Amino acid sequence: MPSPRYWREIPGRYRLEAGRCHGCGKVVYPTRRICPACRGAEFEPVLLSRRGRVVTSTVLRVSPDDFVMESPYAMAIVETPERVRLMVQVTDCEPSTVQPGMEVTLEFRLIRKEGQSGILCYGHKAVPVVAADTARSR
Amino acid sequence: MREVAIVAAGMTRFGELWQTSLRDLFVDAATEALNAAGVDRLDAIFVGSMASGQFVGQEHIGPLCADHLGMAGVAAMRVESACASGGMALRAGFAEVASGLSDLVLVAGVEKMNDGADATAVLATAADQETEAYQGVTFPGLYAMIARAHMETYGTTEEELAAVAVKSHRHGALNPKAQFGRVVDLQSVMTSTLVADPLRLLHCSPVTDGAAAVLLCPLRDAKRFTDRPVKLIGSGVATGAMALADRADPAFLDAVQLSAERAYRMAAIGPGDVHVAEVHDCFSIAEICCIEALGLVERGHGRHAAPSGETALGGRVPVNTSGGLKAKGHPVGATGVAQVIEVFEQLRGEAGDRQVADARFGLTQNMGGSGASSVVHILERV
Repeated sequence: MPSPRYWREIPGRYRLEAGRCHGCGKVVYPTRRICPACRGAEFEPVLLSRRGRVVTSTVLRVSPDDFVMESPYAMAIVETPERVRLMVQVTDCEPSTVQPGMEVTLEFRLIRKEGQSGILCYGHKAVPVVAADTARSR
Repeated sequence: MREVAIVAAGMTRFGELWQTSLRDLFVDAATEALNAAGVDRLDAIFVGSMASGQFVGQEHIGPLCADHLGMAGVAAMRVESACASGGMALRAGFAEVASGLSDLVLVAGVEKMNDGADATAVLATAADQETEAYQGVTFPGLYAMIARAHMETYGTTEEELAAVAVKSHRHGALNPKAQFGRVVDLQSVMTSTLVADPLRLLHCSPVTDGAAAVLLCPLRDAKRFTDRPVKLIGSGVATGAMALADRADPAFLDAVQLSAERAYRMAAIGPGDVHVAEVHDCFSIAEICCIEALGLVERGHGRHAAPSGETALGGRVPVNTSGGLKAKGHPVGATGVAQVIEVFEQLRGEAGDRQVADARFGLTQNMGGSGASSVVHILERV
């Protein structure tokens, strides 16, 4: 990924910055030019809560080349309290335990390394709430 | 608008065709269609291809195809909408003839997937690059999430998913052009390798080379080319949210429903009138979701269709008599046109062992990505 492209997406990927539509209040992540709900064009930045609930999930056993080292890994659509849904990996747990309804936190993590000399790409992954509590008490 | 007919069809065998190039696949399918109609000139060519640039490094295939067909000079262009490219090419060709811009139009679809490219990576470019592919999801992964959402909402079981693949293979075994000419049983589907839970290898359509082509003209001219033209009476295209996470219900394909409503309205028929349908079963769960969105079964009831035999040959509304994407093969850009050829043959009574008795109305549905684009066509026997 060329670095300008990566750099452009940093507000959303690093800070979970979304946009709240002035017209209808819908929160859009990542933010956009035009609101998909009301076509309004004015947004104010809003940071997403770093927690959510799994809507649906899978365990990827055949992964893209950049993710071979992590395979198999769980992926899920997670809904935050702002009613935003994100596609994320779910980590720090046995992948098959990730099921709809599971409570998760969203944590800043390394997502991928591009090839031999590419840049390191960061973003957010989900961690089951139970696992996060256990890790903290250790 | 003029009434439009399909008067001829041509299609390569689907499979791993290592000896045949992208251009020759197109020419083989196109030539068969032209010869069937006794035609040696065209007004325009529309060719659907998802990713010729990524699969074989070749963009700009409109003129390439025209040139290799020996018709340099003719109007030619490529149409792209991921795995719906073929169906969208038919839409473009239909509009071209209906509007009066052209009288004789070849609509083709082609994909050369087995030429060294990483097919999973290429296909992943049909997903949202910033929010989906970036995170490491693949197409089997996206459809697996659709499957799990369907299971969660409606109680769909792994056995019901597997029954779709069993049916597709049973149909495909009757199709001499199918990639997989063998039947599979429930047990082998349910114990095949997990790709993305709950989807297994035998729930997934394969990587395929192939091309398909049909010839369109105004209905009033159709008898010059064939005794048995088939009328194109409905065409509907729709889009939905690009990313799966942005769909209100991940277990429902909104764009498919919308495209179907538009096609039914144009054709002035309803889902209850459809006698045979080819739908986009890139994964077993996709067939279940598509027949629900098309209104062929009630929402939430798609899971019962394959196990009960309702959508099998001999059932109430046979679906994917060709073997579908699963067994016939899925050369992505060619698929939408190949679906139309199956229904064309069904309505002409040429489907051999797969023939649906006395079919008058047939439907095709072709979609792109995880369902962000969909195109439906409705055909009628003349």
